[in-house]
Amino acid sequence: MSLNDFLLGSLLYLAAAVISAPIAKRLGLGSVLGFLAAGAIIGPSVLGLVGNEGEAVKHFAEFGVIVMLFLVGLELEPSKLWQLRQKIFGLGLLQVAGTALVVGAASLVISSGWRESLAIGLILALSSTAIVLQTMEEKGTLKTPVGQSVFSVLLFQDISVIPMLALLPLLAVASAHGGDDHSASLIAGYPVWAQALFTIGAVGLVLVAGRYLMRPLFRIVADTGTREIFVAFALLIVVGITLLMGLVGLSAALGTFLAGVVLADSEYRHELEMDLQPFKGLLLAIFFIAVGAGIDFSLIASGPMLLGLSLTAFILLKLATHFGLARLFGLNGPDTSRFSFALAQGSEFGFVLITFCAGLGLLTGDMPGLLTAVIALSMAAAPLLMMLDEKVLQPRFADGDFLRDHDAVSHSGADVIIAGHGRFGMTIGRVLNAQGKRTVVLDLDSSQVDTLRRFGFKVFYGDALRLDLLEAAGAKEATVMVIAIDDREKATELVKIARHNFPHLKLLVRVFDRSHAYDLIREGVDNVYREVFGSSMDLAKDALMALGVHPYEAQRTITRFRALDEKLLRTSAAHANDESKLIDLAKQSRAEIARVFAADKGGGQTPPDVAWHDDDKSTP
Amino acid sequence: MDALQPEATPDFTRMAKPTIVNRMRVLILAAHPRTVQSIAQRAMSRALEGIAGVTLRDLYALYPDFNIHAETEQEILLAHDLIVLQHPFYWYSAPAIIKEWLDIVLEAGWAYGAGGTMLAGKYLMTAISTGGRADFYHAKGRNRFTIEDLLAPFNQTAHLCGMAYLAPFVVYAARKQSAGDLATAAESYRQLIEGFARGKIDPTEHLAAGYHLPDGFKRRHAL
Repeated sequence: MSLNDFLLGSLLYLAAAVISAPIAKRLGLGSVLGFLAAGAIIGPSVLGLVGNEGEAVKHFAEFGVIVMLFLVGLELEPSKLWQLRQKIFGLGLLQVAGTALVVGAASLVISSGWRESLAIGLILALSSTAIVLQTMEEKGTLKTPVGQSVFSVLLFQDISVIPMLALLPLLAVASAHGGDDHSASLIAGYPVWAQALFTIGAVGLVLVAGRYLMRPLFRIVADTGTREIFVAFALLIVVGITLLMGLVGLSAALGTFLAGVVLADSEYRHELEMDLQPFKGLLLAIFFIAVGAGIDFSLIASGPMLLGLSLTAFILLKLATHFGLARLFGLNGPDTSRFSFALAQGSEFGFVLITFCAGLGLLTGDMPGLLTAVIALSMAAAPLLMMLDEKVLQPRFADGDFLRDHDAVSHSGADVIIAGHGRFGMTIGRVLNAQGKRTVVLDLDSSQVDTLRRFGFKVFYGDALRLDLLEAAGAKEATVMVIAIDDREKATELVKIARHNFPHLKLLVRVFDRSHAYDLIREGVDNVYREVFGSSMDLAKDALMALGVHPYEAQRTITRFRALDEKLLRTSAAHANDESKLIDLAKQSRAEIARVFAADKGGGQTPPDVAWHDDDKSTP
Repeated sequence: MDALQPEATPDFTRMAKPTIVNRMRVLILAAHPRTVQSIAQRAMSRALEGIAGVTLRDLYALYPDFNIHAETEQEILLAHDLIVLQHPFYWYSAPAIIKEWLDIVLEAGWAYGAGGTMLAGKYLMTAISTGGRADFYHAKGRNRFTIEDLLAPFNQTAHLCGMAYLAPFVVYAARKQSAGDLATAAESYRQLIEGFARGKIDPTEHLAAGYHLPDGFKRRHAL
């Protein structure tokens, strides 16, 4: 493929993504359906703009799924994963086994025998991790209890692909070895116990390296201060694990997921998420477009009845099985419905298994084509089905109770969020901590973060301008946000974000100078603190004392001067763009200051001396 | 900051005990919020310069933000026998920092109350300057009460702390006095304080009129 071909292909895919996603979102369909539709339109069956390279693109874009699982892992701390163990190995196992049996049994009607039916059942038992997670993430339901159930099942399915690839050949009557790159691992030649050892070793390597090796490496990389290097390193980790897992024949998605889990409590979590998110999004978009392009409309046209019936039966059977399982696991009405609809489609791994089984001779005749079409169409139908559940079924459950789902996002319960923990913010944090206030600190300087963590401060490495990060820090529950970022524009931006999204937060903002203070006062911030004003006042006081002024006199002078200057700052803010007015105000203020201090020096009539009564009749 | 204070705090714990039994270590707690404008107070403080065994602390200078450090103050109290509150008689009382000092330093369990005997056996005196003439401070006068009446809170404070309360030193009509009269007043103040410090004046001979020593009062020497 020449460079121009590559660019032309990229142009098509990117254009399809850029055009379809906003339209689909505008129509309320979710981006996944938009991508699938766009793929179908540019694919061979309609416009024919992209041709047979679709398969290759799809394999490449599957990397997006792997990145996605890494990101999912990042959101899931090890302790949380451990809590999910029952769901993963209970609900997950029953879902795969149950669906395989039910769908497989039904397929006996059209299959050549139980072996083929069992293969069909196993292939169709899987659901699309890419579609489900992407859709749930968009809707924000991934972290709800039902989201966790769905995720647990998907995770188990992902794990189960490996034993399936190992067991399906045993099922094959014809021992013709098909061979697919997924089973052709480097260690295939070794005895079973050695393979097991390699496998365990590889997983162990990921876990141990993630725990002890990656953090110091991240620190070194983050210290360079070059964002691109950080992104490159993050990708390097994902690609490296993918290849390592490929070597031992394990699921790359599982490997990166585990690596994500190991890094979930690291201080670089937010940064990793931020940097990998675009890759995941882009790759998944391309993946969905490729799936859409792969839908063979000629097959639909040639046997619409069989295909339609198969598709309907498949979806209904899957729904029914999921309903039963969800009930068995005690999910409530609305959650049962969500769970069932979420998983009612075929999986991208299904395509792989179809090719694999066809090679083994397990699938015969038109069956591979039919299954491919069923999976592709069910994937296209998946967003619609989830929408059906959400728009039609969920309102029927509406007794208010399930609406609480969105509350389930966990907060750290901080009183104060401190954005920026440099020489300015750190002092504030120390004072607040001394008073036993719970602070969550966000800072973008990695070496600063490391130092502070060594000193036992609760500091997170991340950009406070990110809304999700603020939410994770507990912005909804906090009372106060201290903005002490060492960047004028960013501080102003954060003020806008906070005022818009968290209007309840009291904002205390470090500003750089007068003009920055004007900007923020006009944004509606009352509490602005010029960063060097306080210390210049302190120095002025000591200077007065060094000149022989009594300390109490110096103290009073500074306090009064400060009050008058703050007053000038606020009256000037309204006229920040009118220089002649500013000069005017400054002159007025200087006159006022002079007047106040003259009166102060003038004699016995200022407050303390009024109290000191004389024998004059006019005094008390 | 410390270097800018008019009076560095001496290390009282290392001072030798007075060899002559009647000698007293005198602590002057001076309080005037506007030293520049003061006339009598400045003259009084200057008059005490150079007397051995007298410590002068300008409270407004030491604590311009009113953040009085109780432990430091208590340690200094223990190192003295006679405590003199020296201030203008604002509003028939003391400037605000004197009240703050009393509130913060004379803690329960330290100065009074259960176990609060750290000041027992010491002496308290006020040295004030007033605006009004002496004859104003009379039941029939413009101010309707005598100085002793008006100083009752300090009298009782001393009593509660087990201290002997001495007769107040008063400079009347401070703003009306001629320079010569003021110098005379300052000199008699110096003689009084120096007399206490050198052990030449017996403080028990100098109790406030009608003051009865607290039960079991026994002179306790400074640490």
